[in-house]
Amino acid sequence: MSIYLPVAELTVSLFMILGLGAAVGFISGLFGIGGGFLMTPLLIFLGIPPAVAVATQTAQIVASSTTSGLAALRRRALDLKLGGVLVVGGLVGTALGVWLFAAARRAGQLDLLIVVSYVTLFTVVGSLMLRESVREFLQSRKGKPRPRRRAGEHPAYLGLPLRMRFHRSKLYASVIPLWGIAMFIGFAGAMLGIGGGFILVPALLYLFRVPTNIVVGTSQFQILCTTLAALVLHAVANQAVDLVLALMLIVGGVFGAQFGARASAHLRADVFRFLLALLILGVGLRFAVELVLPPEEPFSLSITQIGGGE
Amino acid sequence: MRTARPSPIGLLALLACLLAAGAVRAESIVTSLSSHQVAITSNYAGSQVVLFGAIRRDAQTISRTGPYEAAVVVRGPPQTVTVRLREEMGVVWINGEQQKFANVPAFYAALTSAPLDEIAAPALRDRLAIGLDGLVRHVGDTVERDGREALFRESLVRLKRDAGLYVAAERGVAFVTPEIFRAAIVLPADAPPGNYEVDVMLFSGGAMLARDRTDFELVKIGFEQRIAALAEEQSLLYGLGTAGTAVFLGWLASVVFRRD
Repeated sequence: MSIYLPVAELTVSLFMILGLGAAVGFISGLFGIGGGFLMTPLLIFLGIPPAVAVATQTAQIVASSTTSGLAALRRRALDLKLGGVLVVGGLVGTALGVWLFAAARRAGQLDLLIVVSYVTLFTVVGSLMLRESVREFLQSRKGKPRPRRRAGEHPAYLGLPLRMRFHRSKLYASVIPLWGIAMFIGFAGAMLGIGGGFILVPALLYLFRVPTNIVVGTSQFQILCTTLAALVLHAVANQAVDLVLALMLIVGGVFGAQFGARASAHLRADVFRFLLALLILGVGLRFAVELVLPPEEPFSLSITQIGGGE
Repeated sequence: MRTARPSPIGLLALLACLLAAGAVRAESIVTSLSSHQVAITSNYAGSQVVLFGAIRRDAQTISRTGPYEAAVVVRGPPQTVTVRLREEMGVVWINGEQQKFANVPAFYAALTSAPLDEIAAPALRDRLAIGLDGLVRHVGDTVERDGREALFRESLVRLKRDAGLYVAAERGVAFVTPEIFRAAIVLPADAPPGNYEVDVMLFSGGAMLARDRTDFELVKIGFEQRIAALAEEQSLLYGLGTAGTAVFLGWLASVVFRRD
């Protein structure tokens, strides 16, 4: 059964998009991530214009982070004060990201911007996670646990000015590095159609030593706020949000995520981190191949204007 | 002295006579489309518009030695298209040289009743823009760069053809009787909405005898039209509405699938 996307102006198969939404939802439920970084490239690969793919995928992230944000709120696994500080930085980054997205689209270099950003972000983050995961695995084989942080030992960036105390997160740190990281994630998220949970969660865990039970809820709260802003900004600045596509992705994603969350109970934490690292690295390499291999068809078309022109 | 001034009514009558006389000398064609408005609905997967043509002739029309041949050229709404060439830069391939073409038809179909060479000579076909060969040389307005633009224009037509948006069918027009023909214009699902011009030409012995133009419109209707219009004209409202819908569905999922 085919269905027409009124903003993308093309026809897609209803079951394929629902299935794709469910598959990516399964993975996102499994790993507790948004899944935008898989869905956006898949949509582009299916022939959805990159601008529509990125902007519309934001709506799916809004829905999935609402669900997990509310669950975290019920478990009281959420630091609203830390979340609020992150949102301030995230909103600035989002606005910058949407602006650069629109500028690149006007210049006709949006596809290149998306591909290059995916390659750099994903190969770097994926390799770091893979290295961390392999090291952790080897250490656990040798029976040596990861050294715990000793009292009074703090990285220098926590001691920058504008320090704040976050009781729930057991954190006393400068807001400058927090804003920095939130801004970067908001920026990348708006540009790539991703929530950025896979960067924010390890950053809060390893760089700021926020307790694990607080991290996921807080990061979902930050993602919800920034993707909400990104969605509205994309609709206004790029007019590329397709409501019909968004609804299909959300519905497919909701169901997939339920099964993924159930399956995750059977997955060991170290295997889980290793698989996630491979997945992220794989997406990055997939885009790198596209960038490095000589293209089969060196020419490409893009419609820059509808109507008589010049 | 009074000058003999023909009355306006007399002039009109004369004109009508001349027109009528012109009509009897050569054939004329009457065309009819199965539809002048093709609607894009929620399960739109392409469409088809059928064109019927009738050749009108009377006792005074000179008899032709060869058979009639017909050509139907369909042009979709104009677009501005940028063709980019990926070039090797260091180890990566990125978009480099580019060429912009204005007034490129989004869709093009040349349907003929016989192979192009049997219809008309290349020069005439070129002038009437029948066939993809002519398109390769002429389509779109662009800046000339000593022939370099020809390579980009050629790629433009090739990519459009590969996407199924530029088609040529040498048996696309069929004669039902020697004086009535029909042509099925097949629109792929990704042919964009807009106005489609249909140019119908009648040939015999390599010469064009008559020509008629008509058009049809591909439009979004109902829900699809309202969504697209809202996204374009009330983008803030549309963005807020989409955001609200997403939050609502997210909340609904958290209620339905509550696990704690």
